[in-house]
Amino acid sequence: MESPRFLSRSDLIGLAALALLLVVILPLSLDVFRLNLVAKYLTYSFVALGLVLCWGFGGILSLGQGVFFGLGGYGMAMYLKLEASSVANTKIQSTPGIPDFMDWNQITQLPLFWQPFHSLTLTILAILIVPTVFAYLIGAAMFKRRVGGVYFAIITQAIAAILTILIIGQQGYTGGINGITDLRTLKGWDIRPDHAKVVLYFVEVAFLFGCILLALFVRHAKLGRILVAMREKEDRVRFSGYSVANFKIFAFCLAAMFAAIGGAMFTLNVGFMSPSFVGIVPSIEMVIYTAVGGRLSIFGAVYGTLLVNFAKTSLSESFPQLWLFGLGALFIAVVLIFPNGLAGIWRDHVQPLIDRLISKRKSGSDHSNGKSFGPIADGTPAE
Amino acid sequence: MFGDYSIGDLGAIFAMQGFAGLILFSVYVLMALGLAIIFGQMGVINMAHGEFMILGAYVTWMTSNAFQAYLPSLFPGYFFVAMILAFIAAGALGMLVEWGLIRHLYKRPLDTLLATWGLSLILQQAYRSIFGAREVGVELPQWMLGSKQITDTIEVPINGIFVMCLTFLITAAVAYVMYKSRWGRQVRAVVQNRVMAGAVGINTEKVDRYTFGLGCGIAGIAGSAFTMIGSTGPTSGQLYIVDTFLVVVFGGAASLFGTIASAFSISQAQSTMEFFMSGSMAKVLTLLAIVAILMMRPQGLFALKVRK
Repeated sequence: MESPRFLSRSDLIGLAALALLLVVILPLSLDVFRLNLVAKYLTYSFVALGLVLCWGFGGILSLGQGVFFGLGGYGMAMYLKLEASSVANTKIQSTPGIPDFMDWNQITQLPLFWQPFHSLTLTILAILIVPTVFAYLIGAAMFKRRVGGVYFAIITQAIAAILTILIIGQQGYTGGINGITDLRTLKGWDIRPDHAKVVLYFVEVAFLFGCILLALFVRHAKLGRILVAMREKEDRVRFSGYSVANFKIFAFCLAAMFAAIGGAMFTLNVGFMSPSFVGIVPSIEMVIYTAVGGRLSIFGAVYGTLLVNFAKTSLSESFPQLWLFGLGALFIAVVLIFPNGLAGIWRDHVQPLIDRLISKRKSGSDHSNGKSFGPIADGTPAE
Repeated sequence: MFGDYSIGDLGAIFAMQGFAGLILFSVYVLMALGLAIIFGQMGVINMAHGEFMILGAYVTWMTSNAFQAYLPSLFPGYFFVAMILAFIAAGALGMLVEWGLIRHLYKRPLDTLLATWGLSLILQQAYRSIFGAREVGVELPQWMLGSKQITDTIEVPINGIFVMCLTFLITAAVAYVMYKSRWGRQVRAVVQNRVMAGAVGINTEKVDRYTFGLGCGIAGIAGSAFTMIGSTGPTSGQLYIVDTFLVVVFGGAASLFGTIASAFSISQAQSTMEFFMSGSMAKVLTLLAIVAILMMRPQGLFALKVRK
C-alpha cells in the first residue's frame, strides 16, 4: 500500500497530465463547438468521480446518481429560468414574470419552492445542500439498517424512476418532459455566446480539479482506507469499532454533492435541463463511465467519461445503429475482461513498460517503481 | 370527490377498478415470476429481463402473422402455439446467455447487473434493426375480443380474464416445479449451498443453466401475454424492469408466495389510486410507498429467516 501522504508523486504526475490535456491541449486544438461538447462530457465526470469514491472504494453501487445530477442541474436551471422570465421578457404571457411553461399550464403564481431561486446565493446553497441532504436521508435509512449491495442499487434505481415520473408528471411546476429551456443570463452575463462557453469551460475544469483534489484527499486520509477495508470485509471493520454505516453515508453524500456540482455545470454549459438526464438510463450510463475508466481510479473516471462520450458522439454521428451495440458490448467487456477498466490496463501493461524504459536508462540506480496508476488497486474489487 | 356518484355507481367503479387491478396484478405476477426465479433463487440481477419479455412478444407477433398468412383456419388458436414458441425462444436465448455471460459472474452480483444491462442494450438495438422502431400490435382472434357483462354496470374484458387464467396456470406450474419436483429440489439445494449440492452429486452447472433458462422462458410467456393487452416496441422492456424488480424485492426475494402477495398489493394500490389522481402521480405514490416500506423492512414482506 502507498504511503498515506496526501498527493504522492504519481498523483502529481496524474494531475499534471490531466491539466495539460484539459487546460492546454483540448482548448487549443478544438473549436468552440467541440470544446463545449467536452465541457458537457466533463459534467458527467463529476458524477463518475463520485462513483469512484462510493462504488470503487466504498463498494456501494448507486444506480441513482442521475437524481443528484438532476437536482443540481434543476437548481441552476430554476435560477436561470427566473432570471430569463423577468416581467419585461414575459410581457405577452397572461401572467408576466413567471416561467413560460407555468403560464402554458395555467399556473398564475410562482410556486413556493421556486421562490428561493431568485437569489444566486440561495441557489448555490441549494445546489450543494439539497442533494447532499437527500443522499443523507436515503443513506441513513438504508445503511443504518445494513441494506447494501444489490438492494441498495435497486432502490436507488427506483428513486431515479420516481423522480423522473414526478418531473414529467408535474409539468406546470417543472417544465415536464421538455425540461427547463431557453436559459439566457447568469447575473446579467449572457451564457450563450462563444466566449462565455470558453469561460464556462475553464470554470468547470477548475471545479473539476477541486473535486479531484478532494477525492485524492479522502482517498489518502484514514477515511479512504477505512472505506476500502469496509468494501473488502465489512464485518471486520464493524468489529474493530468503526461505524460502518456512517462511513458509507459519508461516501454516498460526497458522491451526491459531486454529481450535483456536475449537474449545475451541465445546465450552464448546455443551456437547458431536462428529465432525460435524471432517470434510470443516464444513471446507469454514468456507472459505465466509471467502470470504463477503472472503478478504483480517480483520474480514470475523467478519462473514461471522455472516452465513452467521444465514442458515443462519433459513432452515433456516423453509424447511429451501431452505437447501442457498441455500448452494450462495452458494458459486457468491461465486466468480463477488464474489471479494472482503463486504469487496470494502464497499470498492467503500460506502466510496467514505462518503468522498464526508465530503469533501463537509469541503470544502476536501485529504483523499483511498482506504483500503480490506480490508487489502492490490489486486484479486482470483491463484491 | 364522491359527491357526484350514487352508492351503486361507486360499487361498480370500485369493482371495475378492482378488476383492472387484477389484470395489472396478473401482469406483474407474470413479469415477476421469471425474475423471482432468476434473482430470488439464483441471486443474479438480470436487467435484460424486460428484453426477454419483448422477445416473447415479438415471437407472438410473428406467429400471428404466420397463421394469418398460411393457416387462417387455425387462427383462433394461434395464441397457444405462440406461447409455447415464446417460451422456447426466450428460454433458449436465456441458456445461451447463461453459458456465455452469467456463469462467469456468479460471485459478483453487482457486475451481473452491468453486464446484463449491456445485454439489454444490444437486444434492444437488435429488435430495432430487425423489427423496426415502430411499435407492433397483434391482431387478437375473435373470441378474445369484447367484454363480458356481469351486472348492468360492471363489465370485464375477455382478454383480461384470459390473462388472469393464464397467470394462475403458470404460477401453479412454477410452484409445482420448484417445490414438488425432483428438479426443483435440486435448484433449491444449489441455491442454499452450492458446494454441498455439488458434493452430493448434483450437476450444479446444469441446474444453473436450466434454472436461468426457465426464468427467461417464463419472461417470454409474459411477453406473449402482454401482446393481448398492449403493443410492443423495441424499448418496451425497459419500462417494466424497475416495477418488476420492486415487486420481487418487496415480496422478499427468495419467496414465491411473497412475490405474488407483493404483486397483488402493488397492483391494487396503484389501480385504486389511479382513479383519484393522474396515472403518473398514482405511480409515484405507489413507488414511494414501496421504497419507504423497503427502508423499514429491507428484506421484503416475506423474507426467509436465514443465518448468515
